[in-house]
Amino acid sequence: MSEAPPEYRKPIPAPSAVSRPFWEGLRAREVRLPRCLECRRYVFYPRRLCPFCLCERLEWVRASGRGTVYSYTVVRRAMNPAFQEDVPYLFAIVELEEGVRVTANIVRCRPEDARVDMPVKASYHDITAEITLLKFQPA
Amino acid sequence: MTLKRSAAITGIGEMRPSRSPDGKSTLGIWTEVAREAILDAGLTTPEIDGLLVAPPITEQAAMWPSILGEYLNIHPGYGNVVDLGGASACGMVWRAAAAIQSGLCRAVLCVTGEASDVETFYAPRAPRARRPVQQLPYREFEVPYGPMGVNSGYALIAMRHMHEHGTTGRQLAKIAVDQRTNACANPDALYYGKQITVDDVLASPLVVDPLHLLEIVRPCTGGAAIVVVAPDLAGAAPRAPVWLLGAAEASRGIMLSQFDTITTSPIAICAPRALEMAGVAHGDIDLISVYDCYTITVLITLEDAGFCPKGKGGPFVEEHDLTYAGDLPLNTHGGQLSFGQPGLAGGMSHVTEAVRQLQGRAGKRQVRDCELAFVNGNGGIMSEQVSLVLGT
Ligand SMILES: [Zn+2]
Repeated sequence: MSEAPPEYRKPIPAPSAVSRPFWEGLRAREVRLPRCLECRRYVFYPRRLCPFCLCERLEWVRASGRGTVYSYTVVRRAMNPAFQEDVPYLFAIVELEEGVRVTANIVRCRPEDARVDMPVKASYHDITAEITLLKFQPA
Repeated sequence: MTLKRSAAITGIGEMRPSRSPDGKSTLGIWTEVAREAILDAGLTTPEIDGLLVAPPITEQAAMWPSILGEYLNIHPGYGNVVDLGGASACGMVWRAAAAIQSGLCRAVLCVTGEASDVETFYAPRAPRARRPVQQLPYREFEVPYGPMGVNSGYALIAMRHMHEHGTTGRQLAKIAVDQRTNACANPDALYYGKQITVDDVLASPLVVDPLHLLEIVRPCTGGAAIVVVAPDLAGAAPRAPVWLLGAAEASRGIMLSQFDTITTSPIAICAPRALEMAGVAHGDIDLISVYDCYTITVLITLEDAGFCPKGKGGPFVEEHDLTYAGDLPLNTHGGQLSFGQPGLAGGMSHVTEAVRQLQGRAGKRQVRDCELAFVNGNGGIMSEQVSLVLGT
């Protein structure tokens, strides 16, 4: 990881050798998920082995980027001051069409308009020269 | 294989929670409550041959059992850090019993406590100085999105529970209110003398929807320790021993996004096992003493432990009086929500209160004919669970 530009003060993900294709996918405006070549299940977060069958061979598959809000909350007080400018903001778990769940913010949605099970689609946010965050917006 | 009556709690020590450390250190608090528990058990330090410690949240060090053992001149043949978050205290109880049953030791001192400041714990803080990057999954896939500590995790659980089961804010608030009533009968509670109503809870600021400020635990300074002993030592103890009758543990990881469901916890696995080991039914339980970092934690615990059907926790808490004088006494010390959460000693408070009630020394809040208690410890975001059945 390079130093964060001064304008982005929130925590920045540090891709590992295992997770790098996921982050490269986001930079290319795609959600890519690992899938086990043995049991064919999708895996998220990226792992160096399949947690269902311990197979060490996984492939990267382009996902639809669509899903539904499994649950959400409105954060009204930031613990990390870098998020203070965003409160109130939506913090959610999204269930992707492929079945895996990811943690993310819901954007372009007023807090009072958010709903559990609401359909959402991927939204890509470049935060540094290398890193793009996956967020979601109402579909 | 059973742990039923394999060991008993014969001594407790607990510091009154305070809003700030007032010059006390975590180690100082540990030694204060350890001393109290050993004396309460009628033992001397050379008789303590097991030592379990929960790691402090606000202080980093290795070899905590050695640090505490040296200070107290205790040199155990069995020592461990029990790192199960809020479930650590309950986890200590059965680990102590298992060590005793195996013959490793005969008297285990279990210590928790923390010197932390109620005002600064949740204050916005700058990220710590740049550390070597640790590629832990939650740092890579959750932290960049601004979770509010674990608060946001419990909020996600509550929101989903409301969606699936129609649970309401008023129902959740009732838990906080009944526990506050209990705290008002406990002079040691942080919020002693400050009764609240359901409307007060709902009028308190929303912090992480749907959770209001008065549904969220307040970290504070305090500590608690217990002594767990072998049956022969229990027979010689100055107070009536409190026996371990049932115990079970279940865990499922750390990130909510990884759980099949967030509205059912592993309590659904370990509580039935603990009750079965004890050979008791829900109706036999006189006291429910369960981890309460948030109101939703209690509601889901009641469901998953089988005190009511899944999804019916809301109506259940509305229909029952959870106070010490009620038909379903729950968290009679006030729970962490009203007694205070002194680090991992918050989870020990449910054990010490059960011991007090079972020994008949709970004072004004004494539950009548209290012979059997269900205790649950919860760690992480409803991920680590330890259920205990304690009895006379
Ligand atoms: Zn597999």
